[in-house]
Amino acid sequence: MSNNQLREWYPFVGPFDPCPPQIVKTYVVPPNQFIPYQPMNLPQFPLNQALKLGTLWPALYSPYESKCPPRG
Amino acid sequence: MWVYEKKLQYPVRVSKCDPRMAKFLTEQYGGADGELSAALRYLNQRYTIPDKVIGLLTDIGTEEFAHLEMIATMIYKLTKDATPEQLIAVGLGPHYANHDHALYYENAGGVPWTAAYIQAKGDPLADLYEDIAAEEKARATYQWLIDMTDDVDLQDSLKFLREREIVHSLRFKEAVEIIKADRDTKKVF
Amino acid sequence: MSSRAQIDENYYKKLEELQQLDFALVELTLYLDTHPNDMQALQQFNQLAQQRHQCAFHFEAQYGPLLQYGHSYSKYPWQWAESPWPWQV
Repeated sequence: MSNNQLREWYPFVGPFDPCPPQIVKTYVVPPNQFIPYQPMNLPQFPLNQALKLGTLWPALYSPYESKCPPRG
Repeated sequence: MWVYEKKLQYPVRVSKCDPRMAKFLTEQYGGADGELSAALRYLNQRYTIPDKVIGLLTDIGTEEFAHLEMIATMIYKLTKDATPEQLIAVGLGPHYANHDHALYYENAGGVPWTAAYIQAKGDPLADLYEDIAAEEKARATYQWLIDMTDDVDLQDSLKFLREREIVHSLRFKEAVEIIKADRDTKKVF
Repeated sequence: MSSRAQIDENYYKKLEELQQLDFALVELTLYLDTHPNDMQALQQFNQLAQQRHQCAFHFEAQYGPLLQYGHSYSKYPWQWAESPWPWQV
């Protein structure tokens, strides 16, 4: 699933930067930033999924994946 | 008063003994934007905030204590059977010298918790904007913590806590709208 | 010691059922704090509160009291102070 909550930006790469440059940096803009006041009667997750995901409402859900490489 | 419930809000599993990660998680135990700070910040602001939002501060403050217990559970499980050698190897030697395996309200760098981490300005907007900022900072901290562990069980519980920050942040924003609205004006949102 | 509840697979299953109900109730509580006039959410809240009551009652009968200061009953001998505590399971 492509994550439309991610924003990208391109830091300036200096000629004398000692570490290999990170060309693209990202940050998350979670959905609460676009909801001024939660409307009534939003669709809900089933209760087991709501617990798992940390919210009752899909409109408020923000995925986040670890940058740590998975264990081999 | 408060009544303790003998269960966690969300299951906490960890899949390996990992005192290194426990040290990092301490940031959310006794750090500036950690769960202790959050709980005490909201529950303290309650006394001087307009009545319309006292309920929200009470309920979010109380939920933060449930999160504090989850973080404590993670730290406890990750260090429970670690030997002094293992603790020394990850930089927890000074902690062991002072506390053995005990948990302590300090940040990831070992700085003890201080009330200076939390504000109570008495102005409802100033206080609620502090709360919104605190939730976003805690969300960011959870992201960096998730980034540092390959333990999918631990990641799972941390993702839950991260999402809660997002929901709390929204509720505090709604509280700002309630504060801004005219007295007795029934606003339909 | 002797009356310590058996922590089996069923314990985790039943605990999670309760956690699911309680989580929805937490979410609805915070929501209703800022949406006190949402009748439908309020009805859902009251209905889930009733389900929660049933679920907790069965859990406590099998695994011991969840609350104290008189909010849960106890069998003999006093069960509340028995292990395991939430961070131990």
